[in-house]
Amino acid sequence: MAFDKVYPSSRAAVADIPDGATILLGGFGGAGIPENLLVAMASHPARDLTVVTNHAGFGERGLAVLLRQGKVRKIICSYAFHKSAFVFRELFLEGKIELEQIPQGTMAERIRAAGAGIPAFYTPTGVGTQAAEGKETRVIDGRETLLEYPLPGDVAVIKAHRADGMGNLTYRGTAANFNPVMAAAAPLTIAEVEEIVAPGEIAPEHVHTPSIYVQRVARGEDLGLRSET
Amino acid sequence: MASDQRLEARALRPADMARRVAAELPEGAVVNLGIGIPTLAANYVAADRGVMFMAENGVIGAGPRPAPGQEDKDYINASREPITALPGASVFGHADAFAMIRGGHVDIAVMGALQVSARGDLANWTVPGLGKGGIGGAMDLAAGAGEVYAVMTHTMKDGGLKLLNECSYPLTARGVVSKLFTDIAVIEFAPDGPRLREVAAGLSVEDVQRVSEPRLISGEPPGAMTRGEPD
Repeated sequence: MAFDKVYPSSRAAVADIPDGATILLGGFGGAGIPENLLVAMASHPARDLTVVTNHAGFGERGLAVLLRQGKVRKIICSYAFHKSAFVFRELFLEGKIELEQIPQGTMAERIRAAGAGIPAFYTPTGVGTQAAEGKETRVIDGRETLLEYPLPGDVAVIKAHRADGMGNLTYRGTAANFNPVMAAAAPLTIAEVEEIVAPGEIAPEHVHTPSIYVQRVARGEDLGLRSET
Repeated sequence: MASDQRLEARALRPADMARRVAAELPEGAVVNLGIGIPTLAANYVAADRGVMFMAENGVIGAGPRPAPGQEDKDYINASREPITALPGASVFGHADAFAMIRGGHVDIAVMGALQVSARGDLANWTVPGLGKGGIGGAMDLAAGAGEVYAVMTHTMKDGGLKLLNECSYPLTARGVVSKLFTDIAVIEFAPDGPRLREVAAGLSVEDVQRVSEPRLISGEPPGAMTRGEPD
């Protein structure tokens, strides 16, 4: 019972991700990217994925392993055209992938809203810019704001430092980034971790992501995998 | 052109621009530094001024780059460079990081600029054309930080103007820049327009005006911009 969320491998943990799923993918720069789950997804049949993630990839690792396999139909991200996102860039310029670029904080808050049961919110971010196109605006306390809607996923694919068998998670340093907020915003959250400990070994007050948000945990097979940044 | 060469000869180098920005940061401020020259500014802020550096990927109290070999891949800044965590630092996820930014808890965002308008509009995330740039956290920082300092060379390499009546590039936010630091001037955005506060040593108000589209207010003689000590 205690270890019932632990999967034996990354492959097993992602095996039933369906075609057309919207994936919330954690990570910022080279930190907190579930590299092993991405490798497993690349060799898995699911395709036509929509991926919500901060960057459109760096180098040949991370998201690029899915892009190379032609698995991704659309990317929703905050930063698309970093010079090292060359895999994405090539696909985009060939018209093989859709892009929706949104402000990073709005992305985080839309994901948060999805997990927190908030049906919409107003934000000052993006007023008067391309990010405001097609959006309802409203002046609140004298300030123009944009109406934004939640951004939920079908599956959150995240990376944490440590998990217990119940699915409680902790993060290290700046490797939390989008991972905790994404964990709450999908009905199926799969966490790659570096270490799995017994329930109780993470003190309750040290848990960063409570187990209720996490359905599966797998220890990364190759912890040396790191996206180039 | 001779005048351009004259400006170029007296323009501040990137390290001097970073030093000038650093000198402006108030004691005890919580500051977010953008990619490029803004990030360099951290090198010129004395520790006893109590300035705290915040990065939107989830850290307050970011310290200098670790010694070679000491990098920890789980500790990076928003420019994706390795950082250290100073005593008293804290780390958190993106939802909290941007709640801090939008919630007005970050005093100053120092951001690179591509263009700045007479009203303090900021354009810094992309240039016209397909497949360029990225928004990142720029729109949130520009809209949410207490003050926005913009940093840029005063003109483009080909002499094109960057301080304009209206930005021609896509905007990051409207009317948010409070101070602009260029390689030849410091400009403050007042309700009545851009005010020239400092001019690089050896240049005149007219020199700066010639490469600025909006009329610059310069009621009092502007101060000389410090070049700083050579590295």
